[in-house]
Amino acid sequence: MLILECPYCGVMADETDLHGGGEAHLKRFGPGSSDDEFETYLFHRKNPKGVHFERWRHVSGCGKWFHAARNTMTLEVYGTYPAQTYEPPKELVAKIKKKHPEWGGYE
Amino acid sequence: MRRYSAFAIAREAARYHTGWERAWKSPKPKKKYDVVIVGAGGHGLATAFYLGKNFGITNVAIIEKGWLGGGNTGRNTTIIRSNYLQDPSAAIYEKARSLYETMSQDLNYNVMFSPRGVMMLAQTEHEVRGYERTAHANALQGVKTEFISPQRVKELVPIMNINGPRYPVLGALWQERAGTARHDAVAWGYARACSDMGMDIIQKCEVTGVRQENGVVTGVDTTLGQIDCDKLAMVVAGNAGHLAEMAGFRLPMESVALQALVSEPIKPCIDVVVMANTVHGYMSQSDKGELVIGGGTDGFNNYTQRGSFHHVEETVRALVETFPIISRLKMLRQWGGIVDVTGDRSPIIGKTPLGNCFINCGWGTGGFKSIPGSGWAMAETVAKGEPGSLAGEFGLNRFTEGRFIDESVAAGVAH
Ligand SMILES: Cc1cc2nc3c(=O)[nH]c(=O)nc-3n(C[C@H](O)[C@H](O)[C@H](O)COP(=O)(O)OP(=O)(O)OC[C@H]3O[C@@H](n4cnc5c(N)ncnc54)[C@H](O)[C@@H]3O)c2cc1C
Ligand SMILES: [Zn+2]
Repeated sequence: MLILECPYCGVMADETDLHGGGEAHLKRFGPGSSDDEFETYLFHRKNPKGVHFERWRHVSGCGKWFHAARNTMTLEVYGTYPAQTYEPPKELVAKIKKKHPEWGGYE
Repeated sequence: MRRYSAFAIAREAARYHTGWERAWKSPKPKKKYDVVIVGAGGHGLATAFYLGKNFGITNVAIIEKGWLGGGNTGRNTTIIRSNYLQDPSAAIYEKARSLYETMSQDLNYNVMFSPRGVMMLAQTEHEVRGYERTAHANALQGVKTEFISPQRVKELVPIMNINGPRYPVLGALWQERAGTARHDAVAWGYARACSDMGMDIIQKCEVTGVRQENGVVTGVDTTLGQIDCDKLAMVVAGNAGHLAEMAGFRLPMESVALQALVSEPIKPCIDVVVMANTVHGYMSQSDKGELVIGGGTDGFNNYTQRGSFHHVEETVRALVETFPIISRLKMLRQWGGIVDVTGDRSPIIGKTPLGNCFINCGWGTGGFKSIPGSGWAMAETVAKGEPGSLAGEFGLNRFTEGRFIDESVAAGVAH
């Protein structure tokens, strides 16, 4: 069972209390953008084997969206952080990098 | 290849079974092949088979990181049906289903195709309308299905509780010639036939890189060294995104875990496949007597081949509600596979941004049933360099052009 700490209410929430929202920090493209940009934004996903930054919603709790860094090969959770950001916090990236020097970092 | 037959069994019985030969060879990889296929699951092996059978291309290697059929092909609940909604889906799934009818004879290998009938329960008004629509669509597509009454459902499956308090059964979409097959045997049968045509099946060999020159593929790096090829076919299901990354492109797809479980064996009690999308569970009985049960997909990206426990709980709850007599059964085994889910729940077959590199993936939770049809279509795509009529609509460009083949309803529960 996946357990994530909600960064707003501090609750250690079971995955049954949460709802996954897919890849985090997608760059949004709107009207006027090219077909390729639109396709990338809507459908292309990193879907990495390893470190993944993703969105979660604390549905059975405070109801807010937040972010998590998790490993898709081991299910290890590196940390969670609030949604009001365009990229993961530097400390979190550094922490993951220290643990997995072979990881390419956040791009 | 020595043929399997009743005579062969008698002959071997008379000499203490000393004469059986290995079903397929385990060769060392050659330096170069006309076609390299990555992934020896059902779809990769079927692609190889039809490359040989329909196009005479036999200088082919099928490279597998684990053992052949050890991916989703050996992990699914073996449901075969073709009652999809959209025309391109109906065409390829019905092609596949019809190839299953004669597969044992074609491969000289018993794949135990059992067209016992598949029933998809309608338990809400919405589902009734949806399935009636599908039945009409199927009639136009030449796929034989019908919408049946609750009484007929009860006749076909006496152990079902059709008057459940939450979701009484209002009818069902019934496909009589749908059913199940032995999943491992499908992979083994194709492997034996491919090996017999002179193709190399190379197991325990992982592809770690894709080589290219001027935008055209030239080969792959593997744990057994470099292998060159004129054409490359990636047929690796949940790992497709990972392979694509090696080749330098991204896919409109995500990898998630899907689970299944089987009960202890019991006497025959259900001789059709039942799928209940609203309560979310489906069940059939294997020849060994185990109830084969499919669960749901997890809501997050995952490569661990392990699913979350709460799905098991939800699935079992749904099935106990539908089939009260199974409430005291013990579950024997549970496992997961990594399925490749696309935005419109339809597969991807076709060309990639890299020249001479083709892809077949995105079958998600329901690609066992399509193995022969997919192999047929993929072989044509690889051989001719362009998708033919079966694969045509399933290209990657449909995501750029917004030409989706929406099967999210047909794929309702995972199967
Ligand atoms: C629990 C479960 C139940 C299901 N139930 C049904 C059902 O009832 N009916 C139905 O139609 N479908 C069902 N499916 C879906 C079906 O199993 C799949 O769609 C289908 O088996 C996919 O076949 P494949 O050949 O594409 O992939 P796989 O069988 O997964 O084969 C891909 C192969 O590629 C190999 N590979 C990956 N990466 C590499 C690499 N880098 N180098 C070399 N080899 C590599 C893997 O080891 C694997 O063997 C189910 C799936 C699951 C998990
Ligand atoms: Zn919260």
